[in-house]
Amino acid sequence: MDMVNIKINGVPVSAPKGSTILEAARYAGIEIPTLCFLKDINEIGACRICVVEVKGARSLVASCVYPINEGMEVFTNSPKVLESRKTTLQLLLSNHDKKCLSCVRSGNCELQKLCRDLGVDDEEYFAGVRTETEVDESAAHMIRDNGKCILCRRCSAVCEKVQSVGVIGANERGFRTIIGTSFENGLADTTCVSCGQCIAVCPTGALREKECIDDVFAAIADPTKTVIVQTAPAVRAGLGECFGMPIGTDVEGKMACALRRLGFDKVFDTDFAADLTIMEEANEFVERVQNGGTLPMITSCSPGWVKYCEHYFPNLTENLSSCKSPMQMFGATAKTYYAEKMGIDPKDLVVVAVMPCTAKKFEIGRDDENAAGVPDVDYAMTTRELGRMIDKAGIKFNELPDEKFDEPLGLSSGAGVIFGATGGVMEAALRTAVETLTGEELKSVDFTEVRGTQGIKEAEYDVAGMKVKVAVASGLANAKEILKKVAAGEADYQFIEIMGCPGGCVNGGGQPQQPGYIRNTVDIRAKRAKVLYDLDANMPVRKSHENPAIKQVYAEYFGKPGSEKAHHVLHTSYVKRGM
Amino acid sequence: MAKNIAIPFKGTAEQEAKLRQVIAEHKSDKGALMPVLQKAQEIYGYLPVEVQKIIAEEMDVSMEKIYGVVTFYSQFSLYPKGEYTISVCLGTACYVKGSGDIFDKISETLGIKGGETTADGKFTLVDCRCIGACGLAPVMTINDDVYGRLTTKEVEGILDKYRNA
Repeated sequence: MDMVNIKINGVPVSAPKGSTILEAARYAGIEIPTLCFLKDINEIGACRICVVEVKGARSLVASCVYPINEGMEVFTNSPKVLESRKTTLQLLLSNHDKKCLSCVRSGNCELQKLCRDLGVDDEEYFAGVRTETEVDESAAHMIRDNGKCILCRRCSAVCEKVQSVGVIGANERGFRTIIGTSFENGLADTTCVSCGQCIAVCPTGALREKECIDDVFAAIADPTKTVIVQTAPAVRAGLGECFGMPIGTDVEGKMACALRRLGFDKVFDTDFAADLTIMEEANEFVERVQNGGTLPMITSCSPGWVKYCEHYFPNLTENLSSCKSPMQMFGATAKTYYAEKMGIDPKDLVVVAVMPCTAKKFEIGRDDENAAGVPDVDYAMTTRELGRMIDKAGIKFNELPDEKFDEPLGLSSGAGVIFGATGGVMEAALRTAVETLTGEELKSVDFTEVRGTQGIKEAEYDVAGMKVKVAVASGLANAKEILKKVAAGEADYQFIEIMGCPGGCVNGGGQPQQPGYIRNTVDIRAKRAKVLYDLDANMPVRKSHENPAIKQVYAEYFGKPGSEKAHHVLHTSYVKRGM
Repeated sequence: MAKNIAIPFKGTAEQEAKLRQVIAEHKSDKGALMPVLQKAQEIYGYLPVEVQKIIAEEMDVSMEKIYGVVTFYSQFSLYPKGEYTISVCLGTACYVKGSGDIFDKISETLGIKGGETTADGKFTLVDCRCIGACGLAPVMTINDDVYGRLTTKEVEGILDKYRNA
């Protein structure tokens, strides 16, 4: 590799040719502050926080986009640089709603941190007219408050480039510029898929989920209600970050304990329902293959993906598996099978779901998701909300002992836990489908071809003499690539797994937010996914169909996968929404 | 808040055919959106949601991206031009003589903001910079008629002339 020699703050540094000053500075152990910069996604040099002095240059340069060249001398902390950054922050604050005390991002706001680091102590320095903004609360899953927006455009870049949705972007110009939608419609009236990736990258509190924390506390306090909770696989791989733990810490045991201490009557696991999903989905796949049904079959666990399909590829909704998502299957099973078993009126059973996802908030309100005549799931909260709830209750999360989930809806297999990572649903399905089709026990349950954080993966398996070609995509721009091929009849896959968020649910829009400099330098997806694969490797049962609780629920209630009862409770339908 | 454009869309099949042809001609060009929007505005006189939708679908760009471009450049309009275009000079001389108040008064009276057209299609309100009649400041024009040394009190009467015309 060609190396370029430069000096940063007088220290000689070698960095690969083509590096930016920001990247080269890391070789010198310096992290230049950034605000708008997101590697590969938003490299626009707009916010001017990362400016540095380059000897001989006429003015300060944006280090995030400025390439290094031989002999360059850079100063990252000169008085001129620090003064400029400070002024930039003062200007940003002059048009910012500074209600920091109760802001959901207080304490992990990137703007707040910079102000503290750079000593911006006069918040009203450029006080004056502010851009007129309105709060958009139309969507089921989130709130957009442009009063806290700093126009960094991370959200719109993610929405357009990573998700290929592009429902938010910069409107108007100059001082009137705001991030908005086409014709400033509410998000609910756009093709927004509710994935929440915009929230995950927002440096401030301008974008946030619609909270249901108080409703859940109220339900727990209501003596007439039985309140049960389920947690998605990815939550245990992310929740620790809310309490300062390193990315990739498994907190399954502490989480179960915290939920119990919060007062939930039963602490169950969505992983159980992931196993249930596999039973139904593997059966549906085998049926489609044997009976000439619509192929490729595409997974339907990710509500952001499902909504994307309904808007952008309405002609492919027949390809979607009719299976409800694991969260909904859990709720539906709880309010039918479990309620019956325990003698609880489904109306008095409150199902709370903790999800790494914001689209789940939309999903719980969908039609055909009410097996017992009441919504399958009452509240879907994000991993972040659970973190806040635990804080609110004064529970010292880091000091909690490890506890286990309750039975029977808390029992799961290794196949269920890997649902939270891209490729996980495919692998879990293959473990069951292959054994079903061949009638033989798998030698190895590891389908490593579909693992890893790449956006698109393909593999081909020989199953009982039949070639099964599969594809896995995460992030909707990647999904779009595959779907275009399917729609054009150019793809010969039989089974496709799609997750709306890049890397899968571990990197979902409801997961703890990490600041730009972490996102730009750490593979968050891989670290969180490793938690799930490690859990799987150490589970005594690693195939959904061998989960004893699953066997029990079929024996006692559903009969067999794909039965009429299973169809009524565990399957759903889709809407051709179009644009 | 959602932008409600009260004037019904009256696009014809010929206009749409023309637009689709323009898009087809530019589709493979890099940065084709600007020329297509310019031509679309020539065809329709403005860029309503119906037109933006056709462009979005045909060019595989998001509705928001188009709306962002349309609202960025002042040459693009979301509203059809009314029968009468009221143009208030907000250049320096007129502004210091109170043309800002004139503009606000008209805006309030007609219930439209700058760039917008009244629901009956009668008036469009725009601001402009110096029209070279600083001696008459504050100045406005309504189509080809020039009004100078204006006061806010005169606004109502002047508008009435056109309302009843």
